[in-house]
Amino acid sequence: MAHIYVTDHHGTEHRLDAVEGWRVMEIIREHGLPVGGGCGGACECATCHVYVDADWLPRLYPRHDEEEGALDRLYDAAETSRLSCQILYSADLAGLRLRLAPA
Amino acid sequence: MTDENDKNAAAAGSDIETDVVIVGAGPVGLFAVFQCGLLNLRCQLIDNLDKIGGQCAELYPEKPIYDIPSRVVITAQELVDDLMAQIKPFHPVFHLSQQCETLEQLEDGRFRVTTTAGKAFKAPVVVIAAGSGAFVPRRPPLAGIENYEGTSVFYAVRKRETFRDKRVLIVGGGDSALDWTLDLVPIAKRLTLVHRRDQFRGAPDSVEKMHALAEKGAIDFLLGQVTELRGTDDRLTGATVKSIAGDEVHEVDCDFMLPFFGLKMELGPIASWGLNLEKNLITVDTEKFETSTPGIFAIGDINTYPGKLKLILSGFHEAALMAQAAFKLARPDEKLVFRYTTSSTELQRRLGVAA
Repeated sequence: MAHIYVTDHHGTEHRLDAVEGWRVMEIIREHGLPVGGGCGGACECATCHVYVDADWLPRLYPRHDEEEGALDRLYDAAETSRLSCQILYSADLAGLRLRLAPA
Repeated sequence: MTDENDKNAAAAGSDIETDVVIVGAGPVGLFAVFQCGLLNLRCQLIDNLDKIGGQCAELYPEKPIYDIPSRVVITAQELVDDLMAQIKPFHPVFHLSQQCETLEQLEDGRFRVTTTAGKAFKAPVVVIAAGSGAFVPRRPPLAGIENYEGTSVFYAVRKRETFRDKRVLIVGGGDSALDWTLDLVPIAKRLTLVHRRDQFRGAPDSVEKMHALAEKGAIDFLLGQVTELRGTDDRLTGATVKSIAGDEVHEVDCDFMLPFFGLKMELGPIASWGLNLEKNLITVDTEKFETSTPGIFAIGDINTYPGKLKLILSGFHEAALMAQAAFKLARPDEKLVFRYTTSSTELQRRLGVAA
């Protein structure tokens, strides 16, 4: 079954059912976890910031310029940072692990 | 004429009286001016951005929108521009770069709203069209930063002279960080720019100039992030900059820090206006889009009700219904007759298109 693992701000890990073709931000939001997404997935507001498990990072489509630019606005951007609105869930991401960044 | 009165009122420090105070100058707030205007209600708008258009203008002006009725494709900025043209006949007054602060209900039933710029408004109707909230600067979560804000830490430059012969630390990678780096170099005693990576999203020309300054030693450019602040009382004396990997540490002496991490959206003082909230959204009815406080309405992305869709077109619809209810509050002695712009000479006269 399609799923991802998301660790919330309290350190609790949640196993979330995922839908192919959905943005990871949408999957997290659908499950009621606090993920922002104020701009509606336009890669602008940077409120859907997550840290992707280092093992998973190379398996994702790399950041494009626009996402890098949005990450520039985040104090806590790290090497594993991604905007979850820019990760499209597909079958090969089953089991993806990530952590919600501080709001 | 209205503008002139407002200017006089503001100059005298007295309250600006109007029919409707609209909080937020995004597309939905703008269309509310149109719907209120057709009913002859005057509007004053307050927005914390320095420009009109809300998210559309600030976040994605160039992005195409495909779901505005009859507009096959329109960029967000074009939508704002067209709305401005549409509401021109109604002479809305904008109060930008200020956030609503307090709201109180007066004895006569009207509301008094104050802003962070010291303005005050009196109106029988308040419409909150604040989208995802007011745009405010993103503060770096550094321990003790609040002690320095307004004295040694600024999120915008108000007086350039403040920085003459001072050691200035600028943080960020956008146009603000680059522009102020280039602008303050000639007057600052020492300027350090900190950014998390070697690339910038600012204008290429500014990036080139910055690199040239760094190469000849006119500024210090450090890769990494500020992790600690040092100072006495409200005066900053230095900061620690760590590389993103954490393996390199620099101590930077500075008198001022200018963090430019862009803007974020937050509900702000509205949260304490006593309105019913649900997950930071304002609950409203679907007849008038009125909040739990009669006379205060919420339209657009900021509200919630069963079936709510965060679409600009939903906000437009909500504005139309809100205006009907607002009229009854603002003109209790007048009878409202529903008319169309296609056939009503009265509406056409208000729009300035009557033959």
